[in-house]
Amino acid sequence: MPEFRTVQCVVNDEPREAEVEPRLLLLHFIREVLGLTGTHLGCDTTSCGACTVLYDGLPVKSCTLFAVQADGHEILTVEGLGSPSELSPVQEGFHEEHGLQCGFCTPGMMITATAFLEENPNPTEEEIRWALSGNNCRCTGYQNIVKAVQWAARKMAASGVSARGANPIM
Amino acid sequence: MMAYYGEEAKVLSGGMSLIPLMKLRFASPGTIVDLNQIQGLDYIEEAGGYLRIGALARNRAIVRSGVVRSRHPLMASAAPTISDPVVRNRGTLVGNCCHADPQGDWATVMLCLDGEIVARSVDGERVIPISQFVTGPFSNTLQSNEIAVEARIPGGTSFGEYHKIERKVGDFATVAVGVALQASGGSVSRCGIGLTGVGPSNIKCYEAERIVTGSGLNEHTVEQAARAAAADAQPRSDHRGSEEYKREMVTVFVRRSLSAAAGIRAA
Repeated sequence: MPEFRTVQCVVNDEPREAEVEPRLLLLHFIREVLGLTGTHLGCDTTSCGACTVLYDGLPVKSCTLFAVQADGHEILTVEGLGSPSELSPVQEGFHEEHGLQCGFCTPGMMITATAFLEENPNPTEEEIRWALSGNNCRCTGYQNIVKAVQWAARKMAASGVSARGANPIM
Repeated sequence: MMAYYGEEAKVLSGGMSLIPLMKLRFASPGTIVDLNQIQGLDYIEEAGGYLRIGALARNRAIVRSGVVRSRHPLMASAAPTISDPVVRNRGTLVGNCCHADPQGDWATVMLCLDGEIVARSVDGERVIPISQFVTGPFSNTLQSNEIAVEARIPGGTSFGEYHKIERKVGDFATVAVGVALQASGGSVSRCGIGLTGVGPSNIKCYEAERIVTGSGLNEHTVEQAARAAAADAQPRSDHRGSEEYKREMVTVFVRRSLSAAAGIRAA
């Protein structure tokens, strides 16, 4: 039997601690140990990006990190972006521009878009498409996803709100 | 730790190759040694006549590195073609070279630029040219007690391009061609030409390089070098394209890059 390891990390601004099997993937830690099922398991081959979360502020595919690698680090999942009463600009953009059909890729798209807009708050369409090229959507053809990110950028510029929303937690 | 665990241990840096391999059960190491706890291995710097890239320097950082852009345009050109933007936040150049996937892009760039891998163990340090470091598909010359801590590239190059055809972002190259030059006036003091995806390993085009360094760049030598590089390619027809197509693309890309370097309009 493998020895269990303690993981102490901050998830969506809350300190979390758990004993985990050392080869447990970060994705399964988030979904099954922490119960945060907004992060999706898609391809399980580091391709699709449905499992994207922020790891110390940068998007990573959580199906391709071990949970033990989160020890001492900060994770942001889609649940940490905003609330139903106070959506983040990116969430609002996906709502306003209908940036989804089935919604499966949406959490990963929004996480990647959030980190991207923090780095580049006034992007061109081409820059948006490149930034999202590690996240696959099999429904929309990306047009409305790009529009959603453009909407969020305009909202950020007009309101002065950061990509993560009015109450940035990381 | 590597000396203690020996053959059963695998080193984890970015994990973007090791973890997928473990999922496929192609790798099932008894022990994983995580380098990510080590401070100060994420450098990209020029020192002692070399561009030095630490084992934990992420591809993200290489894409954004000013010293990479100014000293080795080939590396700057290749970096944004490695996998996808999210994977580049974790993946590393040194890890990519150690993984030694024959379809990997960084080994081709390292071949073009005469790169070396610095390996360290409890016994000391040794430097291994990339052409000797990669010994075959998914195998390298590291001893079981060694860790690759740095990739380094001598000098600088004034021109470089990496042309890569991929079916979609993140796919392996259908064909990729790297060209790097150090040129002043009409003469070329250094030339590296390498190929990805058109053989059982990354290919260094010695004959094409010799033509360019020996005779300089003009319309005639550009064409000769492009033909020589295509002759070095060993492509196979597969779902990414036919043998003929891949070989022709090698010719086109070498011709295009060398023409750009020489200021000749490519055919």
